[in-house]
Amino acid sequence: MGQERIVGKPVLRKEGVAKVCGRAQYIDDLTLPEMLYGATVRSSIARGRILGIEFGVGVPWDEFVIVTATDIPGENEIALINHDWPCLAAEFVNHPEEPIALLAHPDRHLLPKAVAAVRVTYEEWPAVFSMEESERADPVVWGKDNVFKSFLMEKGDVDAMWSQADRVVEGEYATGAQEHLYIENNGAIAAYSADEGLTVWGSLQCPFYVHKSLVKMTGLPEEKVRIVQVETGGAFGGKEDYPSMIGAHAALLAMKSGKPVKIVYDRAEDMAATTKRHPSRVRHRTAVTSDGKLLGAEIEIALDGGAYSTLSATVLSRATIHAGGPYHWPNIRVRSKALATNYPPHGAFRGFGAPQSLFAIERHMDHIAEALGIAPDELRRRNLLKPGQTTTTGQLIQEDIDLERLMDRALAESDYHAKRERFARENAGARMKKKGIGLAAFLHGSGFTGSGERYLNSLAAMDVTAEGKARVLVSSTEFGQGTNTILCQIAAETLGIDYDAVEMGPPDTSVVPNTGPTVASRTSMVVGKLVHSAAVGLKKTLLASGLLHEGYATDEFVLAARTYVTQHGTLRAESRYEAPPGVHWDDQQYRGEAYAAYAWAVYVAEVTVDMATYGVVVDDFVAVQEVGRVLNPVLATGQIEGGVAQGIGWALYEKVVWGRGRMQNNQMTNYIIPTSQDIPPIRVFFEERPLGHGAYGAKGIGELPMDGPAPAILNAIAHATGKQFDCVPLLPEDMFRAMTVGEPAQEAVVL
Amino acid sequence: MSVQHYSLVVNGELKRVATHPMARLLDVLRCDLLLTGTKEGCGEGECGACSVLLNGELVNSCLIPVAQADGAEIETVEGLGANEQLHAVQRAFLECGGAQCGMCTPGMLVASAHLLRKNPHPDLAAIREGLNGNLCRCTGYMRIFEAVERAVTSVGEERA
Repeated sequence: MGQERIVGKPVLRKEGVAKVCGRAQYIDDLTLPEMLYGATVRSSIARGRILGIEFGVGVPWDEFVIVTATDIPGENEIALINHDWPCLAAEFVNHPEEPIALLAHPDRHLLPKAVAAVRVTYEEWPAVFSMEESERADPVVWGKDNVFKSFLMEKGDVDAMWSQADRVVEGEYATGAQEHLYIENNGAIAAYSADEGLTVWGSLQCPFYVHKSLVKMTGLPEEKVRIVQVETGGAFGGKEDYPSMIGAHAALLAMKSGKPVKIVYDRAEDMAATTKRHPSRVRHRTAVTSDGKLLGAEIEIALDGGAYSTLSATVLSRATIHAGGPYHWPNIRVRSKALATNYPPHGAFRGFGAPQSLFAIERHMDHIAEALGIAPDELRRRNLLKPGQTTTTGQLIQEDIDLERLMDRALAESDYHAKRERFARENAGARMKKKGIGLAAFLHGSGFTGSGERYLNSLAAMDVTAEGKARVLVSSTEFGQGTNTILCQIAAETLGIDYDAVEMGPPDTSVVPNTGPTVASRTSMVVGKLVHSAAVGLKKTLLASGLLHEGYATDEFVLAARTYVTQHGTLRAESRYEAPPGVHWDDQQYRGEAYAAYAWAVYVAEVTVDMATYGVVVDDFVAVQEVGRVLNPVLATGQIEGGVAQGIGWALYEKVVWGRGRMQNNQMTNYIIPTSQDIPPIRVFFEERPLGHGAYGAKGIGELPMDGPAPAILNAIAHATGKQFDCVPLLPEDMFRAMTVGEPAQEAVVL
Repeated sequence: MSVQHYSLVVNGELKRVATHPMARLLDVLRCDLLLTGTKEGCGEGECGACSVLLNGELVNSCLIPVAQADGAEIETVEGLGANEQLHAVQRAFLECGGAQCGMCTPGMLVASAHLLRKNPHPDLAAIREGLNGNLCRCTGYMRIFEAVERAVTSVGEERA
């Protein structure tokens, strides 16, 4: 560490100039000749049978291209894990806003009226709008019992240890849905001809997910389907699965009309129809000794998956594995299930189940601390994982981690102890404004869970351009997090050339190999390693050719690369994923190395609660983490700050209000995200240790900062008010109800 | 209402468009004048991604009917600077990490440039207030604040 020229340096974002000049081309900035505009007719009810579709008067329907489920050439399915998510509802609908028919017209201004003139008639069936109703399985709305997936994860002998407990502490915790609110809505353009096949350009995270889904939906051969990611204006998981849907819809209209078709959602449609973070309910029952040693726990997790299974099984998996937090549990049993309801499907959102279960454990730790009369930081300190101990999946901590050091630094930077004592003293005499400080300790596994990376079997490549520039060929996409920049840094560092002499290949499935999806905090660590290996291969080939000699400068590399291409046609090196040594996973028992590496963090939030308005202001935020090697300090800091801001939103502002399965506040006017005046100073500190399995010691970073803010803030609110709140989001009206009427803070009221 | 003719001075150039009087300035810029740097985020004046300057005032172009902009001077992100001649705020956003996904960036840059014209030496509170009509979902705003602060410094240095 410290020897590198480019890795670890704040080089400029690769596509940054295009972005600050307004030149970057997003999907809605693109127009193709003869292009039509598409729109979607959606279900107005939560559950039922479609009786008929009528096209009302006043619309020149002969000018429109109309697609229904009967036009689907292949499988009527958005392919993910299971086979339950239709591309268009054929006979049944299972949630409000479910797509039923598609319309296209050259004049986009005619579409809203046309959509409104389509009348779908239904036989309405009873629907399920809560996890409790879903658990009762009456009615059954999915499968045999409304359960998408369940896990049982056990370590030690949970049943035998209760008798040794001095105290048993129980708690129940809940989190609400959260909208990604990327500033760019979902959108896609499709073009089709029998000769060229199908091309879909889109705002998306995972080109090969869309490819797989569209091959299945169209029935076309793989080589006749091409997916191209264009500049993507934020994603956060929200463009992991849904682009397969909107891409399929654009494709169907393009195939039927023979013309290119663009579908771009407006904000209201994007918020109402696309996926959100899974709401959760987590129950904890914990055995502790009177001196604060965790003996064991039973944890029950329930996630609301919405109407189709989408990614719920894998979200649940991550929630399950992270449920115990960063602590040593001699005994633990986690039972988890993802349940079907009649909301639009919930999907991937930064953190992917971990924020839900970490919110629960980190609020629960404060409850345990209070029950035992031990300070919250001290209780955590006595139980933090150490090298040589095992995680809840039995994974041996082999890294030389030092979580106490992270905690010490977070407490020192936030002046935690002095403030904890001072606020408690001052709050006793304060009537209008009370202050509090709270912390959360947590971990986040990097990359796919368990055997996931082995199944993905990712392939990365590097080649050189005709001009002799090195080029990174991956399906990993840029949507603001810095993929382009860090992968070029790794390549440039490894090749020993300037950052400017490396460029990214196009994120186009006809050009790049399948490096897997851009999700799960896997790009820095997993893909970075593959790019590193491919760069090593490229360099070896050039050196072996005799065109290049050790000690070369960038211009010599460029000349040699150019010459090689002239002589041989191409210069290319590939690298395929190999599991790090000692990584084994038992999918049945949920035992083993759940992740090749974990990022670790301790966050501290300081708040002021206005006792007249019940408004909460976060005054200061300290985020200390160990993410292995920091590849680019500006980008990494930006990832942490952005994640913390999203976590603050989830905790205090962002409430999805549901009415019979439909989002009622699907506007930026009444779904509130933090503004520039709502965010405290976010002070980011890295304990930099090159411990990861990624190139130059990197681990995952993108999702980690979503995990800690909500519990840290609610712990601070409990410190300020003396009242325990165990649900997020916690809005002033929720606090008002609990503080005045004495009702427990509840999830969003169903209208 | 039928199609009407309108004249706008966009980034210093006179432009004529024939369109519906209630066409949004945002659509006129993006679809008629092919200036796609200005983005649509919400279409209801909440997010500020479509921010432009209309006669020097910061507006959400999604809320301005073109009839209201007839004869006006409009400045968009494309007018701030390009490539080798970046505006100080563009360069600072690039260096400080103020742009992540880039979707709020054009509006955020226009708002930042507007802030610095009105107040060449804003403190942090003034920066926060000046940008409160522009939502960013990626950065948590810290890098953006730093960028505006750096732009203040660099503009000062250039003048010195």
